[in-house]
Amino acid sequence: MSDIMTGAQIVVKALKDQGVDTIFGYPGGAVLPIYDEIFQQEGIKHILVRHEQGAGHAAEGYARTTGKPGVVLVTSGPGVTNVVTALQDALMDSIPLVCISGQVPTFLIGNDAFQEADTVGITRPCTKHNWLVKDAETLAPTIHEAFQVATTGRPGPVLIDIPKNVQMTNGTYQRPTGKPHKSYRPRVKGDLDQITRAVELIEQAQKPVFYTGGGVVNSGPAATQLLREFARSTGFPVTSTLMGLGCYPASDKQFLGMLGMHGTYEANLTMHDCDVMICVGARFDDRITGRTDAFSPNSRKIHIDIDPSSINKNIAVDVPIIGDVAHVLEDMLRVWKARGRKKQSVAAWWDQIEEWRSVDCLKYKPSKKTIKPQYALERLQALTKDRETYITTEVGQHQMWAAQFMKFEEPNRWMTSGGLGTMGYGVPAAVGVQAARPDGLVIDIAGEASFLMTMQEMSTAVQYNLPIKIFILNNERLGMVRQWQQLLHGERYSHSWSEALPDFVKLAEAFGCKGIKCEDPAKLDKAIEEMIAYDGPVIFDCLVEKHENCFPMIPSGKAHNEMLLGEASTEGAIDEQGAALV
Amino acid sequence: MTTQTKPENGQKAASLRRSAYDMSAEMLSQEIERRVLAVTVDNESGVLARVIGLFSGRGYNIESLTVAEVDHTGHISRITIVTSGTPMVLRQIVTQLDRMVPVHRVTDLTIEGPSLEREMALVKVASKGEARVEALRLKDAFRAHVLDATLESFVFEVTGSPEKIDAFVDLMRPLGLVEICRTGIIAIKRGAEGI
Repeated sequence: MSDIMTGAQIVVKALKDQGVDTIFGYPGGAVLPIYDEIFQQEGIKHILVRHEQGAGHAAEGYARTTGKPGVVLVTSGPGVTNVVTALQDALMDSIPLVCISGQVPTFLIGNDAFQEADTVGITRPCTKHNWLVKDAETLAPTIHEAFQVATTGRPGPVLIDIPKNVQMTNGTYQRPTGKPHKSYRPRVKGDLDQITRAVELIEQAQKPVFYTGGGVVNSGPAATQLLREFARSTGFPVTSTLMGLGCYPASDKQFLGMLGMHGTYEANLTMHDCDVMICVGARFDDRITGRTDAFSPNSRKIHIDIDPSSINKNIAVDVPIIGDVAHVLEDMLRVWKARGRKKQSVAAWWDQIEEWRSVDCLKYKPSKKTIKPQYALERLQALTKDRETYITTEVGQHQMWAAQFMKFEEPNRWMTSGGLGTMGYGVPAAVGVQAARPDGLVIDIAGEASFLMTMQEMSTAVQYNLPIKIFILNNERLGMVRQWQQLLHGERYSHSWSEALPDFVKLAEAFGCKGIKCEDPAKLDKAIEEMIAYDGPVIFDCLVEKHENCFPMIPSGKAHNEMLLGEASTEGAIDEQGAALV
Repeated sequence: MTTQTKPENGQKAASLRRSAYDMSAEMLSQEIERRVLAVTVDNESGVLARVIGLFSGRGYNIESLTVAEVDHTGHISRITIVTSGTPMVLRQIVTQLDRMVPVHRVTDLTIEGPSLEREMALVKVASKGEARVEALRLKDAFRAHVLDATLESFVFEVTGSPEKIDAFVDLMRPLGLVEICRTGIIAIKRGAEGI
């Protein structure tokens, strides 16, 4: 094959050279030449979604499971505007995505042509970087650069906008050069002096905690192993953000569960009272910190992050270490061992933590009559724990319960929209996960309202034999909105319930899936087993208690030690200042 | 009037270290400080929109911004930004700029000083009689130039610190000031060292 080829051929060849095996997309006028090349090749599987937002989230799910970049192909105009939510979602959660979009021909740009949009303008703030390629000669290097930018440093989404005439004119194909980028050079190795300072703090710590996040997942399997080794050899407690679940095994007794707004009592109080905080690949997000001026007031803070702009953004830290988690932990562990594995006794600290843990903050009032959402997830956890299970979620109460009750032993098993909080994320993400893991059990823990936002992707699942399971905790409410209205807005439930829900079993059948409905706690196990056993996509309509609230909860504007543990503690718990926050 | 190095710049350099590792007590200060940043970028399509979008999207201040290509073969542009904020916000601005793909380097000229700042203005004045004569006299005092003259107007070119230009413009106001055009600040480090 000559190196001279059309732009569309260059796109496909570049994707193959980048090791892409799956792309998620939707054709349209401005990408037809690329689709024509996809038709004439083997090696890249294209999954036709039902809405471009779905392509973006599916690619995110694929990326989070595999650690490889997710690839999206969409047309100009509405194709691109529809994918914007997924791009922003990937930006907030540091997920590597490469989005290729068609554009009207260069000679029509700026002409208000049919399906024209200022794609690079619209996507500039929601990508790590984007490019408009006006010349087929620069197409291959740009695509390779895009993959480099998306996957290195703090990962994120990138977009390449390719006008239709560029796809059709000839250019020279250039292979990836592996040369360093001229201006973009993220730092992976941490500063050794800082690492030594961190180890000195760790050696003196009497009330330490590892506060871990999605950066551990993004750094790869080595980071997970190093974190586990470090935590076990120090005996320090470990907590995790929503994004980091699975990096440290949930079943390990050093694990305190998730921290933050709906985190566990023990995790949040450990954070509040600790004297040394070792933040590994997390970013002191507002869901984590609560009131920043009361956040862990007496601790010295070590912060490992690959993105210098995450350092000192929300919380001032004492020892910042800029670098990749795996590289930094490796050095840190080496320095700690070389200095003689020194540490203080943490027995008294653990006694305190066990006292907090004995509060059993996730307990709920069981019921024989209605299915409690927590109970549903406990049973789902129990019945799936010995399988290769991948969990995606939508956004809301069910997501927080899933984070609390599903137990992750490994990373890359948990895909949820953390930063952006995108309702509708879970169904397409499950499609992407299942495409990457055909033999895995992929379950989207959903709410009925979130599910309705992107449910058309069930059609994709059916077409490609992706046996995803949608486990809907159906309370006929926008549960988290309803909870906030109850706690913050005088129980005025403004537009937070759906009065015309579809029959989800019939809906499943209409899509060509299996539908299961369950409202009796006694029949739940059997129904879940039926869902797991079915070889194909399932929509499981689990009718749950309608007014259950998600606890524990740190109300907006409050500190970690001001948690609400249950209904009894909610009276007047949130003041007006807190109500103004999100 | 022409020397623009501020003595306090040098003192700040000593107390506020340059790296992101800096976490002195001063970082926690809520005091608003002014900074001049020099940002070298690839002169590619949209790069200015990226920089401006960062400032507007994250709610940072821009007091002035100038940009031009400084290396025509390497297609490198230099953007000079005057901004203000608390030390934590200023650190954010630098790191947020620095992580943008087409950005080669961000230099805080205020901290890494001493540095020189200059701005140019074109000032149109229309007047007759004594006012016109006074405008010409002041032009000389400010070492401005006449770029254009008619029987009832002048266009002056004046270069210097923003304060000097403010002073000149204020003096022209009662003398028939018609229009002002300013470039915004450009700045460079003193001494042999480049950025």
